[in-house]
Amino acid sequence: MKIEIVKNILDANDQVAALNREFFDNLKVFTINIMSSPGAGKTSLILETIFRLGSQVAVIEGDVASSIDSERMAKFNIPVVQINTGGNCHLDAPMIREATKKLSLSNVKYLFIENIGNLICPASFDLGEHIRIAISSIPEGDDKPYKYPGLFSKVNAVILNKIDLLPYVNFDLERFKNGIIALNKNAKIFLLSCKTKEGIDTWVEWLESENSYK
Amino acid sequence: MHELAVTEEVIKTVTEVSKGKKVKTIELVIGDLSSFIDESIQFYFELLTRSTPLEGTKLLFRRIPVKLRCYNCQKEFIPDETYLCPYCKKIGGDVIEGREFYIESIEVEDENRDCEEYPRC
Repeated sequence: MKIEIVKNILDANDQVAALNREFFDNLKVFTINIMSSPGAGKTSLILETIFRLGSQVAVIEGDVASSIDSERMAKFNIPVVQINTGGNCHLDAPMIREATKKLSLSNVKYLFIENIGNLICPASFDLGEHIRIAISSIPEGDDKPYKYPGLFSKVNAVILNKIDLLPYVNFDLERFKNGIIALNKNAKIFLLSCKTKEGIDTWVEWLESENSYK
Repeated sequence: MHELAVTEEVIKTVTEVSKGKKVKTIELVIGDLSSFIDESIQFYFELLTRSTPLEGTKLLFRRIPVKLRCYNCQKEFIPDETYLCPYCKKIGGDVIEGREFYIESIEVEDENRDCEEYPRC
Protein backbone atom coordinates (compact mmCIF):
# COMPACT_ATOMS: atom_id res chain seq x y z
CA MET A 1 0.00 0.00 0.00
CA LYS A 2 1.36 3.38 -1.01
CA ILE A 3 1.09 6.32 1.40
CA GLU A 4 1.57 9.81 -0.06
CA ILE A 5 3.55 12.04 2.25
CA VAL A 6 5.05 14.96 0.29
CA LYS A 7 6.87 16.37 3.29
CA ASN A 8 9.77 18.77 3.09
CA ILE A 9 12.63 16.95 4.79
CA LEU A 10 14.00 20.22 6.18
CA ASP A 11 10.64 21.07 7.73
CA ALA A 12 11.86 20.77 11.32
CA ASN A 13 14.77 23.13 10.65
CA ASP A 14 12.57 25.55 8.73
CA GLN A 15 10.05 25.74 11.57
CA VAL A 16 12.76 26.73 14.04
CA ALA A 17 14.15 29.17 11.46
CA ALA A 18 10.74 30.83 11.28
CA LEU A 19 10.73 31.19 15.08
CA ASN A 20 14.23 32.69 14.95
CA ARG A 21 13.11 35.19 12.31
CA GLU A 22 10.12 36.19 14.41
CA PHE A 23 12.42 36.63 17.41
CA PHE A 24 14.81 38.85 15.42
CA ASP A 25 11.90 40.81 13.96
CA ASN A 26 10.45 41.50 17.40
CA LEU A 27 13.80 42.81 18.62
CA LYS A 28 14.45 44.64 15.32
CA VAL A 29 17.79 42.90 14.95
CA PHE A 30 18.84 42.75 11.30
CA THR A 31 20.45 39.33 10.86
CA ILE A 32 23.01 38.42 8.23
CA ASN A 33 24.10 34.87 7.37
CA ILE A 34 27.60 34.89 5.88
CA MET A 35 28.74 31.84 3.94
CA SER A 36 31.95 31.05 2.09
CA SER A 37 34.69 28.48 1.73
CA PRO A 38 37.36 28.42 4.46
CA GLY A 39 39.74 31.35 4.12
CA ALA A 40 37.66 33.56 1.82
CA GLY A 41 37.57 36.27 4.48
CA LYS A 42 34.36 35.92 6.50
CA THR A 43 35.86 37.06 9.80
CA SER A 44 37.87 39.87 8.17
CA LEU A 45 34.82 41.15 6.32
CA ILE A 46 32.64 41.05 9.43
CA LEU A 47 35.26 43.04 11.35
CA GLU A 48 35.72 45.64 8.60
CA THR A 49 31.95 45.99 8.33
CA ILE A 50 31.48 46.41 12.07
CA PHE A 51 34.19 49.10 12.22
CA ARG A 52 32.17 51.14 9.71
CA LEU A 53 28.61 50.51 10.90
CA GLY A 54 28.86 52.55 14.05
CA SER A 55 25.89 50.80 15.62
CA GLN A 56 25.53 48.08 18.18
CA VAL A 57 26.35 44.66 16.73
CA ALA A 58 26.75 41.05 17.83
CA VAL A 59 28.31 38.04 16.19
CA ILE A 60 27.62 34.31 16.21
CA GLU A 61 30.75 32.44 15.14
CA GLY A 62 30.35 28.98 13.70
CA ASP A 63 33.36 26.71 13.46
CA VAL A 64 33.96 22.99 13.49
CA ALA A 65 36.51 23.56 16.26
CA SER A 66 38.52 26.30 18.03
CA SER A 67 37.66 29.78 19.25
CA ILE A 68 40.21 31.61 17.06
CA ASP A 69 37.57 33.70 15.30
CA SER A 70 35.60 34.63 18.40
CA GLU A 71 38.85 35.69 20.12
CA ARG A 72 39.54 37.97 17.15
CA MET A 73 36.11 39.54 17.69
CA ALA A 74 36.43 39.75 21.47
CA LYS A 75 39.63 41.80 21.12
CA PHE A 76 37.45 44.62 19.81
CA ASN A 77 34.87 44.14 22.59
CA ILE A 78 32.33 42.80 20.13
CA PRO A 79 29.71 40.59 21.84
CA VAL A 80 30.28 37.15 20.37
CA VAL A 81 29.10 33.60 20.89
CA GLN A 82 31.12 30.73 19.53
CA ILE A 83 29.35 27.63 18.24
CA ASN A 84 31.61 24.61 17.80
CA THR A 85 29.76 22.06 15.74
CA GLY A 86 32.23 19.28 16.52
CA GLY A 87 32.49 18.10 12.94
CA ASN A 88 29.14 19.19 11.62
CA CYS A 89 29.54 21.00 8.30
CA HIS A 90 26.92 23.73 8.68
CA LEU A 91 24.95 25.73 11.21
CA ASP A 92 21.25 24.97 11.56
CA ALA A 93 18.35 26.90 13.01
CA PRO A 94 18.27 25.14 16.43
CA MET A 95 21.96 25.99 16.96
CA ILE A 96 21.20 29.65 16.32
CA ARG A 97 18.26 29.50 18.72
CA GLU A 98 20.55 28.20 21.46
CA ALA A 99 23.27 30.74 20.68
CA THR A 100 20.91 33.71 20.89
CA LYS A 101 20.12 32.77 24.49
CA LYS A 102 23.72 33.62 25.33
CA LEU A 103 23.62 37.06 23.72
CA SER A 104 22.04 40.23 24.97
CA LEU A 105 20.33 41.53 21.83
CA SER A 106 18.20 44.30 23.29
CA ASN A 107 20.20 47.19 21.76
CA VAL A 108 21.75 45.28 18.89
CA LYS A 109 21.02 46.54 15.36
CA TYR A 110 23.03 44.00 13.35
CA LEU A 111 23.65 40.33 14.12
CA PHE A 112 26.26 38.64 11.95
CA ILE A 113 26.24 34.86 11.72
CA GLU A 114 29.50 33.47 10.43
CA ASN A 115 28.62 30.08 9.01
CA ILE A 116 30.99 27.10 8.76
CA GLY A 117 33.54 27.50 5.96
CA ASN A 118 31.85 25.38 3.31
CA LEU A 119 30.16 26.15 -0.01
CA ILE A 120 27.76 23.21 0.00
CA CYS A 121 25.89 22.40 3.17
CA PRO A 122 25.15 25.85 4.67
CA ALA A 123 23.08 26.73 1.59
CA SER A 124 20.38 24.23 2.52
CA PHE A 125 19.72 25.40 6.08
CA ASP A 126 17.62 28.47 6.76
CA LEU A 127 18.76 30.01 10.04
CA GLY A 128 16.06 32.67 10.26
CA GLU A 129 18.35 35.36 8.86
CA HIS A 130 17.12 38.39 6.92
CA ILE A 131 19.77 38.29 4.23
CA ARG A 132 22.25 35.73 2.97
CA ILE A 133 25.70 36.69 1.76
CA ALA A 134 28.26 34.58 -0.07
CA ILE A 135 31.92 35.54 -0.08
CA SER A 136 34.23 34.28 -2.75
CA SER A 137 37.83 35.37 -3.19
CA ILE A 138 40.20 35.84 -6.11
CA PRO A 139 42.58 32.93 -5.26
CA GLU A 140 39.65 30.48 -5.29
CA GLY A 141 39.16 30.99 -9.02
CA ASP A 142 36.34 32.27 -11.22
CA ASP A 143 34.50 28.94 -11.44
CA LYS A 144 32.99 28.82 -7.95
CA PRO A 145 29.46 29.96 -8.94
CA TYR A 146 29.38 27.16 -11.55
CA LYS A 147 30.60 24.52 -9.12
CA TYR A 148 28.35 25.51 -6.22
CA PRO A 149 25.15 26.78 -7.86
CA GLY A 150 23.03 25.77 -4.87
CA LEU A 151 24.67 28.40 -2.70
CA PHE A 152 25.23 31.18 -5.23
CA SER A 153 21.65 30.94 -6.47
CA LYS A 154 20.17 31.56 -3.01
CA VAL A 155 22.03 34.62 -1.74
CA ASN A 156 21.10 38.30 -1.74
CA ALA A 157 24.64 39.41 -2.46
CA VAL A 158 28.01 37.99 -3.44
CA ILE A 159 31.20 39.59 -2.22
CA LEU A 160 34.36 38.99 -4.21
CA ASN A 161 37.15 39.56 -1.69
CA LYS A 162 40.94 39.95 -2.15
CA ILE A 163 40.38 41.98 -5.29
CA ASP A 164 43.91 43.41 -4.80
CA LEU A 165 45.23 40.02 -5.99
CA LEU A 166 43.52 40.29 -9.38
CA PRO A 167 46.69 41.40 -11.25
CA TYR A 168 48.56 38.30 -10.07
CA VAL A 169 45.99 35.57 -10.69
CA ASN A 170 44.20 34.21 -13.76
CA PHE A 171 40.68 35.21 -12.86
CA ASP A 172 38.04 36.02 -15.46
CA LEU A 173 35.75 38.54 -13.76
CA GLU A 174 33.09 38.32 -16.48
CA ARG A 175 32.94 34.54 -16.19
CA PHE A 176 32.56 34.81 -12.42
CA LYS A 177 29.75 37.37 -12.69
CA ASN A 178 27.94 35.41 -15.42
CA GLY A 179 27.97 32.32 -13.20
CA ILE A 180 26.07 34.26 -10.54
CA ILE A 181 23.70 36.09 -12.88
CA ALA A 182 22.79 32.81 -14.63
CA LEU A 183 20.74 31.60 -11.66
CA ASN A 184 20.39 34.72 -9.55
CA LYS A 185 20.02 37.91 -11.53
CA ASN A 186 18.96 39.91 -8.46
CA ALA A 187 22.15 39.20 -6.50
CA LYS A 188 24.26 42.26 -5.82
CA ILE A 189 27.94 41.75 -6.53
CA PHE A 190 30.57 43.67 -4.55
CA LEU A 191 34.26 43.67 -5.41
CA LEU A 192 36.40 44.55 -2.42
CA SER A 193 39.56 43.92 -0.47
CA CYS A 194 39.69 43.60 3.30
CA LYS A 195 43.44 44.22 3.05
CA THR A 196 43.47 47.47 1.04
CA LYS A 197 39.90 48.41 2.20
CA GLU A 198 38.94 49.12 -1.43
CA GLY A 199 35.20 48.70 -2.01
CA ILE A 200 34.23 48.10 1.61
CA ASP A 201 32.36 51.38 2.05
CA THR A 202 30.10 50.60 -0.93
CA TRP A 203 29.22 47.21 0.54
CA VAL A 204 28.49 48.68 3.98
CA GLU A 205 26.27 51.39 2.49
CA TRP A 206 24.26 48.72 0.69
CA LEU A 207 23.99 46.62 3.86
CA GLU A 208 22.68 49.61 5.80
CA SER A 209 20.16 50.35 3.05
CA GLU A 210 18.86 46.76 3.32
CA ASN A 211 18.21 47.11 7.04
CA SER A 212 14.58 48.08 7.34
CA TYR A 213 14.84 48.41 11.15
CA LYS A 214 17.37 51.21 11.36
CA MET B 1 28.14 15.03 5.97
CA HIS B 2 25.00 17.15 6.28
CA GLU B 3 23.06 14.14 5.04
CA LEU B 4 23.28 12.65 8.54
CA ALA B 5 20.83 15.15 10.03
CA VAL B 6 18.41 14.94 7.12
CA THR B 7 18.48 11.13 7.10
CA GLU B 8 17.52 11.19 10.78
CA GLU B 9 14.63 13.46 9.81
CA VAL B 10 13.51 11.04 7.08
CA ILE B 11 13.58 8.14 9.53
CA LYS B 12 11.60 10.12 12.11
CA THR B 13 8.89 11.10 9.62
CA VAL B 14 8.58 7.63 8.09
CA THR B 15 8.42 6.00 11.52
CA GLU B 16 5.55 8.32 12.49
CA VAL B 17 3.60 7.85 9.26
CA SER B 18 4.02 4.08 8.94
CA LYS B 19 2.56 3.47 12.44
CA GLY B 20 4.39 0.21 12.99
CA LYS B 21 3.70 -1.28 9.55
CA LYS B 22 6.62 -2.77 7.67
CA VAL B 23 7.92 -0.16 5.22
CA LYS B 24 9.04 -1.57 1.88
CA THR B 25 10.17 1.58 0.09
CA ILE B 26 10.66 5.29 0.71
CA GLU B 27 10.57 7.60 -2.29
CA LEU B 28 12.73 10.72 -1.96
CA VAL B 29 12.66 13.59 -4.42
CA ILE B 30 15.92 15.54 -4.63
CA GLY B 31 16.62 18.51 -6.86
CA ASP B 32 20.10 18.90 -8.25
CA LEU B 33 20.42 22.33 -6.61
CA SER B 34 19.59 21.01 -3.16
CA SER B 35 23.15 19.78 -2.47
CA PHE B 36 22.06 16.41 -1.10
CA ILE B 37 23.73 13.29 -2.42
CA ASP B 38 21.86 9.99 -2.86
CA GLU B 39 24.79 7.76 -1.91
CA SER B 40 25.39 9.65 1.28
CA ILE B 41 21.73 9.43 2.37
CA GLN B 42 21.80 5.71 1.50
CA PHE B 43 24.93 5.24 3.62
CA TYR B 44 23.51 6.97 6.70
CA PHE B 45 20.14 5.29 6.26
CA GLU B 46 21.67 1.83 6.38
CA LEU B 47 23.80 2.81 9.35
CA LEU B 48 20.97 4.39 11.35
CA THR B 49 18.33 1.72 10.66
CA ARG B 50 20.49 -1.26 11.57
CA SER B 51 18.50 -3.49 13.97
CA THR B 52 15.45 -1.21 13.74
CA PRO B 53 12.06 -1.82 12.05
CA LEU B 54 13.31 0.14 9.01
CA GLU B 55 16.27 -2.13 8.40
CA GLY B 56 16.11 -3.39 4.82
CA THR B 57 13.72 -0.66 3.63
CA LYS B 58 14.61 0.41 0.12
CA LEU B 59 15.25 4.05 -0.71
CA LEU B 60 14.10 5.19 -4.14
CA PHE B 61 15.70 8.41 -5.32
CA ARG B 62 14.04 10.61 -7.90
CA ARG B 63 16.49 13.31 -9.04
CA ILE B 64 15.10 16.52 -10.49
CA PRO B 65 17.41 18.38 -12.87
CA VAL B 66 17.66 22.15 -12.75
CA LYS B 67 15.10 23.78 -15.01
CA LEU B 68 15.19 27.49 -15.82
CA ARG B 69 12.76 29.94 -17.36
CA CYS B 70 14.87 32.13 -19.62
CA TYR B 71 15.12 35.74 -18.36
CA ASN B 72 14.94 36.92 -21.96
CA CYS B 73 12.54 34.75 -23.99
CA GLN B 74 10.69 33.09 -21.05
CA LYS B 75 11.08 29.63 -22.58
CA GLU B 76 11.89 26.79 -20.19
CA PHE B 77 15.12 24.86 -20.56
CA ILE B 78 17.44 22.46 -18.76
CA PRO B 79 20.79 24.28 -18.74
CA ASP B 80 24.24 22.94 -19.44
CA GLU B 81 27.33 24.41 -17.76
CA THR B 82 27.14 27.58 -19.83
CA TYR B 83 23.57 28.36 -18.70
CA LEU B 84 22.87 29.68 -22.20
CA CYS B 85 19.25 29.46 -23.33
CA PRO B 86 19.11 27.08 -26.33
CA TYR B 87 16.38 29.21 -27.94
CA CYS B 88 17.67 32.78 -27.71
CA LYS B 89 21.32 32.14 -26.63
CA LYS B 90 21.07 34.60 -23.71
CA ILE B 91 22.40 33.60 -20.31
CA GLY B 92 20.37 32.37 -17.37
CA GLY B 93 16.87 32.19 -16.06
CA ASP B 94 14.67 31.90 -12.99
CA VAL B 95 14.99 28.55 -11.25
CA ILE B 96 11.66 26.74 -11.60
CA GLU B 97 12.81 23.22 -10.72
CA GLY B 98 15.83 21.76 -8.98
CA ARG B 99 15.49 22.86 -5.35
CA GLU B 100 13.16 19.98 -4.31
CA PHE B 101 13.95 17.98 -1.23
CA TYR B 102 11.05 16.00 0.15
CA ILE B 103 9.64 12.58 0.95
CA GLU B 104 7.10 11.82 -1.75
CA SER B 105 5.62 8.58 -0.48
CA ILE B 106 6.24 5.32 1.29
CA GLU B 107 5.12 1.82 0.40
CA VAL B 108 4.02 -0.24 3.39
CA GLU B 109 3.14 -3.91 3.49
CA ASP B 110 -0.53 -4.56 3.06
CA GLU B 111 -1.92 -5.88 6.34
CA ASN B 112 -4.46 -8.26 4.71
CA ARG B 113 -1.94 -9.75 2.39
CA ASP B 114 0.51 -10.08 5.23
CA CYS B 115 -2.05 -12.15 7.06
CA GLU B 116 -2.42 -14.49 4.12
CA GLU B 117 1.32 -14.89 3.88
CA TYR B 118 1.79 -15.20 7.61
CA PRO B 119 -1.43 -16.77 8.95
CA ARG B 120 -0.40 -16.40 12.57
CA CYS B 121 0.06 -12.65 12.48
